[in-house]
Parts: sequence; C-alpha cells; structure tokens
Amino acid sequence: MKMKRQNNILKTTVYTILILYGLLTLVPFLWSILTSFKTTAEISAGGTFFPEKWSFDGYETIFQSQFPTWVKNSLTVSLAVTILNVIFNTMAGYALARIPFKGRQFMFSMLLMLIMIPSQVTMIPLYIVISNLGLINSHFSIIFTTMINITYIFMMRQFFINFPRDVEEAAAIDGLTRFGTFFRIVLPNARASLATQAIFVFMGVWNEFMKPLLFISSPDKYMLTQGLNALSKQYMNATKWDVIMAGAIISIIPIFIIYVVLNKYFLKSNDQTAGIK
Amino acid sequence: MSGKRRLLQGYTFMAPALAVIIIFTFVPIIYALYMMFFKVDLLAGTRTFVGLDNYGKIFSDPKFWAAFKNTGEYVMVVVPIQTIIAMVLASLLNSKIKFNRLFLSIMFIPTLTSSSAMTLIFMWLFNNNGLVVNMIDSLFGTKVQFITNPDLALAVIMIMNIFSTVPHFMIVFLSGLQDIPPVLYEAASIDGAGKIKQFFYVTVPQLMPVTFYVITMGVVGCFQIFDQAFILSNGSGGPQNSTLTFTLYIYQLAFTSNDMGRATAMAFILGIIIFMVTFIVNKVMKADEVNG
Repeated sequence: MKMKRQNNILKTTVYTILILYGLLTLVPFLWSILTSFKTTAEISAGGTFFPEKWSFDGYETIFQSQFPTWVKNSLTVSLAVTILNVIFNTMAGYALARIPFKGRQFMFSMLLMLIMIPSQVTMIPLYIVISNLGLINSHFSIIFTTMINITYIFMMRQFFINFPRDVEEAAAIDGLTRFGTFFRIVLPNARASLATQAIFVFMGVWNEFMKPLLFISSPDKYMLTQGLNALSKQYMNATKWDVIMAGAIISIIPIFIIYVVLNKYFLKSNDQTAGIK
Repeated sequence: MSGKRRLLQGYTFMAPALAVIIIFTFVPIIYALYMMFFKVDLLAGTRTFVGLDNYGKIFSDPKFWAAFKNTGEYVMVVVPIQTIIAMVLASLLNSKIKFNRLFLSIMFIPTLTSSSAMTLIFMWLFNNNGLVVNMIDSLFGTKVQFITNPDLALAVIMIMNIFSTVPHFMIVFLSGLQDIPPVLYEAASIDGAGKIKQFFYVTVPQLMPVTFYVITMGVVGCFQIFDQAFILSNGSGGPQNSTLTFTLYIYQLAFTSNDMGRATAMAFILGIIIFMVTFIVNKVMKADEVNG
C-alpha cells in the first residue's frame, strides 16, 4: 500500500516536471507568434499576452521588404549544399570503408585530426582564400565551404562497414562497374542514412550565421539569418517587434515542416562520434 | 582487382571531398600557422613579420582578458546546468510514462531554431515590454533591464544557450539510457533501492561515457559561442564588454580593427584552450570511470 502511494506521488511529480518543461519550451514561441499579430502601438504600450486587435501589418511589412529574396537565397543555397553533401560525403565514406587503396589509413587519420580543429582557427585565412578566389559576395563562397562535412563522411563510412558485402559482389558478377554498383545498388540501400544526412545538412546551412556574415555583403545576396539580423537592426528602435517576430517565425517554418513530416529522423541520436570509435 | 585500379577508384571516390578539404580547410590551417607571426593589413595589402609580437599584444590587452573571463564564466555556468537538465529530462522521459513521444517532440523544437531567430525571440522576451520583464514587474513591481545591463546581458545568452542545446543532449542521453541493461535496475530494486536511489546508483554511473561525450561537446560548443553575442550586442560585445566572447573578439580584431595576424593568433589560443580542456575532461572522467 505504502509503496503504491509513493509510486503515485513519484508519477505525479514526473508528469508535473515534464508538463512544466514542455510549457517552458512552448511559451517563447507562442509569445513570439502572438506578438507578430499585434499592432506596434499595442507592443510599445506594454500590452497583454494575447493581441487585443489582430493585425497583419508585421507580415505585410516583411513581404514588402527584401525578405522574400532572402528566403529564396537561403532555399537555393541550402538545397544545392544538401545535394552536394549527400553525394560527395557518401562517396568518400564508401571509399574509406570499402576500397582498400594505398593511403586510405593515412587519409582517415588526417580527417580525424581536421575534424577536431575549431572553425575559428581557419575562419580568417579562409576569408582570405575566398577573397583571393574572387568569391566574396557570391553564394558560391558558402556553397564551396560547406559542400563537404567530415562528420557525415564518418557516418557513411560506419554505415558501409556494416553493409553486407555479398550484395555488392553479386552486382559485380552481373557486370556492374564500381560506379554502377555504387549508384544503382549501394545508394538505394542507404536511403535512411542519406535522409538523416540531408536533413541535418539542410538545417545546418539554413541556420548558419557566421559564414554569410563573413562572405556576403550586399543586401540582395543576404542569406535569411543575416537578413533577419539586418531587419532587427532596422526595426528594433521603433519597437516594431511585430515585424521582427513575423520574420523570425517565417524563418523557422521550413525546418518545422521538415520536422513534422520526417519526425523519426530527428528524434534518434545520430551520435556523431559513433563512426570514429 | 589490381592495386593500381583500386588506387584510381579510391581517389576518384575521394576526389571531391579531398579537393574541398584541401582548399578550404587544410590550406587555411597552414596559412593560419604562418599568419600569426605577421602583421597583416588586408586593406593596404601589407604583411610584415613581427615574430611573437601578436601574442605579446594579446596577453597585455584588457579586452582579451575580458573576453577570456566572459567565455570562461559562460562555460562554467552553461555546461553543468545543461548537462544536468538534459540528463534528468531524459531519465524522466525514459521512465514508463504516457505521451513520452509527444513530450519529446515538443521539447525538441528549440533545437530546430536558428541562432538568429532564437536570439531575436529572446531579446524580445527580455526586452522592456517583453514577457519576462513584464512578469517580473507584476510579481515584484520592478522593471529589470536585461539587455542593456552589463551584469545581466551575458546571463540572457546563457539562458538562451541552455534552452536551445538541452533538447539535443537529452536525445543523446535517451539513447544512452536505452543501452543500460534492465537487469541492473531489477537487482537494485530487489536490494530495496527506490527509483531515486536507482537514478543515483545505477543510471548516473552507467551513463558516464555518454555524460563525458555531452560535457565535451558542451565545452567545445560554449567556447565557440558567437552568433548570439554578435546579434544581441550588434557586434560590439557591449554593454561594457559584458557580452564580448572569445570568437566575437577574434571577429572584431580581424574585420573591425583590420588586424588579421593578431586575430589568427588569438584563434590559435582558442584552439589550444579547447584542446586542453577536452583533454582534461577526458582524463578526469576516465579516472572516475576506473575508480567508480
């Protein structure tokens, strides 16, 4: 009896903590969404949690600004980077796992070392390299510097180490070349890993702040994160938080849609060191 | 298959990755090792050898020490709190409760949000008419200034960081929890240990390797903090250098003061610090694992 009562208390506590933390997570977002529908006058007067009068001024201002261009820039660059990453990381991971060529072990060790170097160390020389290549203020600066990700090379290497060999051997007997086997047999079997990679690469580039800040200078070329920052500078002093929040909320929506549709890929640990151990 | 053919195949598959890594990672690293001994003025196009002068300047620069102190404080506060919250939440979600998928899905949302959108949301929460300020006002009757207060601005960034990285580490802990053999809990339960005792005597020690990973990643991430401080202070690191982080100061040196050699030297110091701290965390935790 006593045990049972104790268990009930424990259960109630667990639910209470989880519900409170869940609310704590949601409230900032709800508050921002509600703010985006308020009038500027209501915001600067203090106001209540819910809008007294629903207004779409924030969203109208956003769509009349360069915001749509920034969304387009971010979409284009993120998609390009995602496709390149998925193809090239997977090829490299495959070679490291399956093709026993001379120098492979050395290359693997080099990658292990490079992945530990923080991006700050290369930030400034990278800027000079990009500027010498004439890529400053071009979207290619972002595409070229993010089209490979060593973390996912390791993830794919791990995947291919566990991939059954006989499938490939059968394909080779059927007369497929190494490239043919890779694109027709291996890739279709790696769908889940490719999806995980694609999702996290896309999200990474979409949310990236520092590289656009370093490489892109003219407002029509801005990436969305950079544009949001510019927008906030423009409207913050006038307390037009409805405009700023409208921008912030719209910028989250694409990732949120991917999250809702492909939920299962997010909520498992893709422990990124797994490939290294 | 001949070795030559495998060599060709291997390098063909590696070629795109190798090209990108060599040009955009390897060359910059070598260049950094060279640049930190020079005074580089990109605008004038000059490069003068100064030896260790960049380092001398850095260590006698009060702004460097301000950035060092801020970043150190930041790591010391954020890493323990986010690790504990993530571990506790993961354990709660892992106990047999209903709707745990729903809780998990909701709690994960901050991880999806870009640092720029999240910073703007938090700046609004902690602004003069923001939700947090209004709530404190209605509870205690005082209007607290956060963003413009040198004592509180960094705290806002800390809270924001904890808020947005907890969900990721929670997922890492969850997968670690699923690897703990149920037998251990059964044995503890037979020995009369309640749920809370089980948490401290089974869960925490069993999670040690995962905790090590989470702490290391937390330390590395916190040392590199930039976006939030940049957006919140409009690139200045203010008020009164209170949000000047290591990386933000590197950025300022390179792109505001146009002193790229010194900025590179400072980035190198950051790299060494991160490496050393990771190494120490690794040693301490490994020692614990052996003894415990």
